[in-house]
Amino acid sequence: MEYKGITREWDTRKKDALERAKKAAPYVKEGKIVDAKDTVALMEAVIKPFDKVNIEGNNQKQADFLAKCLCQVDPAKVHDLHMVQSVVALPEHLDVFEKGIAKKLDMSFSGAQAGRISQFLQEGKLELGAIHTYLELYGRYFLDLTPRVALVAATMADKDGNLYTGFSTEDTPAIVEATKFRQGIVIVQVNEIVDKLPRVDIPGDWVDYIIKSPKPFYIEPLFTRDPALITDAQVLKGMMAIKGIYAEYQVESLNHGIGFDTAAIELMLPTYGEELGLKGKICKNFILNPHPSLIPAIETGWVESVYCFGGELGMEDYVAARSDIFFVGPDGSMRSNRAFSQTAGHYAIDMFIGGTLQVDPYGNSSTATANRVAGFGGAPNMGCDPKGRRHASHAWLKCGEEYGLKEELWGPVRRGKRLVVQLAETFREKLAPGFVEELDAFILAKNANLPIEPVMIYGDDMTHIITEEGIAYLPKCRCMAERTAAIRGIAGFTEVGMKADPKETKRLRELGIIKTAADLGIDITRATRDMLAAKNVYDLVVWSKGLYNPPARFRSW
Amino acid sequence: MALEILEFEFKSAATQGINKEWSHFGVTGSGDLEVLMEKKDLGGAVKAKVVTPVKGFDAVWEKMLGKFVDDTGVGNVSIEINDDNATPIVVYVRLRQALAEATAKEVE
Repeated sequence: MEYKGITREWDTRKKDALERAKKAAPYVKEGKIVDAKDTVALMEAVIKPFDKVNIEGNNQKQADFLAKCLCQVDPAKVHDLHMVQSVVALPEHLDVFEKGIAKKLDMSFSGAQAGRISQFLQEGKLELGAIHTYLELYGRYFLDLTPRVALVAATMADKDGNLYTGFSTEDTPAIVEATKFRQGIVIVQVNEIVDKLPRVDIPGDWVDYIIKSPKPFYIEPLFTRDPALITDAQVLKGMMAIKGIYAEYQVESLNHGIGFDTAAIELMLPTYGEELGLKGKICKNFILNPHPSLIPAIETGWVESVYCFGGELGMEDYVAARSDIFFVGPDGSMRSNRAFSQTAGHYAIDMFIGGTLQVDPYGNSSTATANRVAGFGGAPNMGCDPKGRRHASHAWLKCGEEYGLKEELWGPVRRGKRLVVQLAETFREKLAPGFVEELDAFILAKNANLPIEPVMIYGDDMTHIITEEGIAYLPKCRCMAERTAAIRGIAGFTEVGMKADPKETKRLRELGIIKTAADLGIDITRATRDMLAAKNVYDLVVWSKGLYNPPARFRSW
Repeated sequence: MALEILEFEFKSAATQGINKEWSHFGVTGSGDLEVLMEKKDLGGAVKAKVVTPVKGFDAVWEKMLGKFVDDTGVGNVSIEINDDNATPIVVYVRLRQALAEATAKEVE
């Protein structure tokens, strides 16, 4: 056998990067510093047509100045870019498609820009690669979607390019590592350039250019839920969750979704949880942003540890003063890291619990609506049964023991199951139904020409659905017909619930597959806001002993 | 905006009456409602009048109120509801709370 080697240069990426650096050299001042006014010229020097470009934007921290500058490059020089970024949050993230600077998009979550993505797809202005989960997209940064140029944000830098990302580190390490080690170019906007950093989060030789942004980067207090807006219905579902799931399975490690439902649960640990004698048995280890609504549970000794995806405005001093609980650097400020948080959320936790917009009779759960390409963020990473998990815990084993298909699918092997719990209201505000025969995700897939329906949590991963009508314990079901009956049995007066057969619902209650509040021994007349350990943001400040410093919009006093 | 006025009547086992001649619970705020209960000899039945800005949910109201009557066995009551976009669960919880209020013994 004769082997045919190929003849080629093996360091073209490196040479190309050096060439780009030469073009950019006139704009570089002391060390790695470039003036803000030269940013557009710098981008035109180092970005080439068809490059893969990442703009750091995640749930909270945004490289907003660099995003604005990218919109100002000359489309004759820079065009057909392939944007690879976790979150499409700012108008500028899509303006680059409108202006012909970018052509293709691979992303994870879009939120506010979701409607415009859908519109651009239909107008042919944008080509969508895929909608990923966070971990999946970070994985592809190291596989086939490695950025050629990354535009990221840090709190501070020194002139050598060392970065302090601090409290809101989030995605920065994953992006910079993928980019730099494949000979890419890293441009950073910082709030301040200092002589000495509090600590080094990213070493300077992974960074090419530092720009002091005219304004500090935009950051959104996305995880602050004002307790004053929590409703009695949310309190009821929270009581059902605590008694019917947290206590039932002894859930020790978990992630909470972003909504008011789980904020209510956090605020009921010191009240209802205490009453049920659950302290020390549940809710010990969280993968969670620093939710202000978790303060009362921390202050009453429920929580052992919290690792964060990112920061939350106003929580800096509180977190710094609770270094036994949070992950805090030698400088005294927290370090977050979305990739590690997602890894823990995917593999290590007992339970993911969050809200959803729509559930179908198969248990598929989706937040997609017909004309919004909103994506998922990290929910599918945490909202799934990770088949790569190999450590046992009480909750995981119990859920596995209850699995009605285990003999059929697992044979004699002892296995467990992640608890994936969705809190749904049968009807939300404006009486939009929470249960539908067909998810809007199907219409969206058609409208946006997606190869698969963007389902956030697949039905076979969903273990429990909680509505005000009851809890469906889906793993106990032995076939799809039983699962569907269990879902209809708690779907209230929606089109899905109306098809429930009362005799079958009664049988499922006898089997413990459906439990109502009454079955759980919960007196629903007690489901009032009096159950909340804090009734408003001011109460949270008091609980924190003045360490929580809420943003102005949450201050009513 | 025109308000819908819905009227229903339910047969009941009437295993439970109310103590107070007249009682009131809740507030007609956004997403919430007030419930008035009046003791009335209706041969065991329950009458309900609902005033709501939401159109097209007559069947849901009927089922929800029917469920409340079935679950509690309450009878000989005239109920009046003034609703502002409450979801079915809020309606149900408020009805249960209103009933608890109406059956509470008067403080002497």
